[in-house]
Amino acid sequence: MEQVRSVEAAVQPMLEIVQLTRRLGPGFVLGPIDLSIAPKEIVCLVGHSGCGKSTLLRLIAGIEQPDSGTLQLDGKMLAGPGVFVEPEQRNIGFVFQDYALFPHLTIEQNVMFGLRKWSRDEAKERAKMLLSLTALSAMADRYPHMLSGGEQQRAALARALAPEPAVVLMDEPFSNLDRDLRERVRSDTLALLRRTNTTAIIVTHDPEEALSTGDRVVLMKGGRVVQSGTGRELYDHPSDPYSAEFFSTFTRVPGVYRSGQVHTVLGAFPCWQEVADGSAAVAYIRPQAVYPTVAGNALTGIVRSRSFRGEIEQLELIVDGLESPLIMRTTQHLDVVEGKLRFRIDEDAVFTFADPQP
Amino acid sequence: MRKATWRSGALWLIVAGFTAFAVLLPFLALAFEALQGSEGLWGHLFSTILPVALRDTLILLSGVGIFVAMLGTGAAWLVTAYDFPGRRTLEWALLLPLAVPTYIVAYTYLDILHPIGVVQGTIRTLLGYSSPREFRLPDIRSMAGCILVLSFVLYPYVYIATRSMFLTQPGSLIEAARTLGVSRRAVFWRVALPLARPAVAVGISLALMETLNDIGAAEFLGVRTLTVSIYTTWITRSDLPGASQIALSLLVVVMAIVALEQYARRRQRFAAGTRSGRSFDRQRVSLPVGLALLGLGLIPVLIGFAGPALYLATEAYARLGFAGIPPRFVSIVTATVVFSAAATLMTLALGGAAAYAVRVRSCGFSTTAFRLSAVGYAAPGTVIAIGLVVVLGAFDRTANAYAQSWFGFSTGLIFLGSGAALVYAYSARFMAISSGGMAAALSRIPHSLDEVSRTLGESPSGTLRRVHLPLSKTGIAAAALLVFVDCVKELPATLLLRPLNVETLATHLYGEAARGTYEDASISALAIVLIAMLPVVLLSRVGSERNLRRDVLVPTPLEQLPLQQQAG
Repeated sequence: MEQVRSVEAAVQPMLEIVQLTRRLGPGFVLGPIDLSIAPKEIVCLVGHSGCGKSTLLRLIAGIEQPDSGTLQLDGKMLAGPGVFVEPEQRNIGFVFQDYALFPHLTIEQNVMFGLRKWSRDEAKERAKMLLSLTALSAMADRYPHMLSGGEQQRAALARALAPEPAVVLMDEPFSNLDRDLRERVRSDTLALLRRTNTTAIIVTHDPEEALSTGDRVVLMKGGRVVQSGTGRELYDHPSDPYSAEFFSTFTRVPGVYRSGQVHTVLGAFPCWQEVADGSAAVAYIRPQAVYPTVAGNALTGIVRSRSFRGEIEQLELIVDGLESPLIMRTTQHLDVVEGKLRFRIDEDAVFTFADPQP
Repeated sequence: MRKATWRSGALWLIVAGFTAFAVLLPFLALAFEALQGSEGLWGHLFSTILPVALRDTLILLSGVGIFVAMLGTGAAWLVTAYDFPGRRTLEWALLLPLAVPTYIVAYTYLDILHPIGVVQGTIRTLLGYSSPREFRLPDIRSMAGCILVLSFVLYPYVYIATRSMFLTQPGSLIEAARTLGVSRRAVFWRVALPLARPAVAVGISLALMETLNDIGAAEFLGVRTLTVSIYTTWITRSDLPGASQIALSLLVVVMAIVALEQYARRRQRFAAGTRSGRSFDRQRVSLPVGLALLGLGLIPVLIGFAGPALYLATEAYARLGFAGIPPRFVSIVTATVVFSAAATLMTLALGGAAAYAVRVRSCGFSTTAFRLSAVGYAAPGTVIAIGLVVVLGAFDRTANAYAQSWFGFSTGLIFLGSGAALVYAYSARFMAISSGGMAAALSRIPHSLDEVSRTLGESPSGTLRRVHLPLSKTGIAAAALLVFVDCVKELPATLLLRPLNVETLATHLYGEAARGTYEDASISALAIVLIAMLPVVLLSRVGSERNLRRDVLVPTPLEQLPLQQQAG
């Protein structure tokens, strides 16, 4: 299930997490988590709220202490049996969801906060460089409350990058921004991380953001890693139903597994899982996999609703033998005759999994 | 689930633990000493002193409780429900009696209402009597007099708590009641008062704690409370076990009041759950009615503050014109300031550390230490002082004996002779102000600031210095002011623990009043009132919604502080 790219095996990982656990409350344990992050890699940690992704970040930063397991940064043990390195000694940067800029310090003083061991001139120089990288040079002498949301976010990033951290952790860094702004700030942030060769972990709960940000996506659920890989891999080859449904909408169609295929009322679909013949299985059909056709051997559905969404149009089709309507998304302009539509299904865009509750 | 590895907050835990221990020590010593007393002593105590003292204390508490409730709630409703000329001024003027310590108000009214004093003389002249034998008012030296006098300076505790409760009540509740047929006047009894009941109870319990702490007023007015009994048992009879035993009984009464306060606070939290933006509209009244309401609202201010303050000012002025600044005044002021300032510094450092330990290392140990460091606040000064006499007296005697046998010289009384014991007592008693104030200030600083500072390479202590202290300056300054003023006002502990031949403003006043030479101490009394007005003025400037004294003086219950939030 772990789809690690071949380059990673060759280099020493920047961050290596092995069997890390932390009790969060009665009946909820984070981990055990195994995660390895290569130098300069940007990893996006995604999951619903409460899945433990923020806690994992706080464990890496040393703000919280793990119960067991080890954490190594660039070969140096940060947390493990009898070892715990305080957050101030880890050289790990952190960008908080609310940015956590010190309200009593100017932007420049905020950026210089972590540069106490540097000489004054060097620190000034470094702050100046980061402020210009984040396009905040004009704001250097202002206080955080005088900045817009996007500017505050950049200031927080500049401050985290200033002490040249080995890894930067970002906890929902874009969630406090407007939609339009978010897009731009995200691409600016990624560009800056790439330019400074920074290893980074970005936490988000937004599936779209996860797919579009960074080199690798790590999906978490209930305190564990569900799947890890590139956005494309997770989207095209989800390892389980949770993973599949996290990133897109599906119509679930129940069926039966028989000799390598899942047979449903909509036809038979190939199945990669090895299941006993005759056992229950579910086909997950993406709305984009359903397309209209005029071919003779097509299926027929009754259109229950149509909603036009600009780039695409979504339809709900009632099909004989299906309990819930089949969802279809198309970019075509459809002529529906007498409320009926003939359609086919692209088999390659259908995922099949054994029924979790047979 | 934290492992016992040495993390960088450990030093804070040690200081917090030390603080809690230091605050607890006098209580432990007290219990120890009380149990040392012979069986017979308990019997003697139960048959002679305790019944009277307990009865008088309970009557006094009940009386003060009822009166402060009426005065405080009435005043709070007056300024929240009605709009009349001078309302805003009255709003803060009603706080002024807080600046007058109980022993000063008792002392001034003893003189003002003396049979041959100003008031009774004027009344006699008006009515045409010539001698006090023909006409006199009921003697103020009585239980009733004591209850009234204390109530008029202690009602602001109820006023503060209740008014902020009224202000936060959503207007929709009152409006709903009105649409359901409740008249404007009846809204007070049907809706406002029931909702404010927990706040009233919190205010009453604070007023009662002050009542228990009082020693001057009760003694001047001839009420033999438990506190007075402790003092006389130790000072006149030198009976330390006896005094400890009465002090222990007093602590039981204190615990009952603390239980009341805790219960009320829990209720208050539920009541404060619904908070809407708009509070209800004040009723506009006609000018004559408005003036009448203003006059009504001014009564407690006149009796609790203006009367005593004016009296002290005129007396002090006459005194200054007649004899100039008393020769001892400078040394008295110096002693007062030195002891109070030392205690303030000590309290800020230790109390701040106790609060910061919870912030850095939130665990059972730090929260317990934080809570224990605040227990002195509820205890009367006499109780803490007796406890310290026990433990520090033993220490001083032992040290002295060893010094004599080993080195052949006498160290004297290291703690009790130097005033260190007094600074200790002040610190133990007022630790809650600084630890609570610091905790409240810290709770307004988001945790992410700590974390970002730590990830930027700063240690917990460095984070305190570079982030928390700059951000909580005002809160700390306010706590410092409150501690300082409370030290200046504190009488019972000062009486028992000051070094020989050293007088503070409060004890000087007490001494003169005990000798019956009131006028001589008017300058000291006025000085105390002026100093004590500082936080009240500050309080009125901070504004009505956020209440400094309630925030800082009354320790925030720990459950309300955002400790370690669990992010997903």
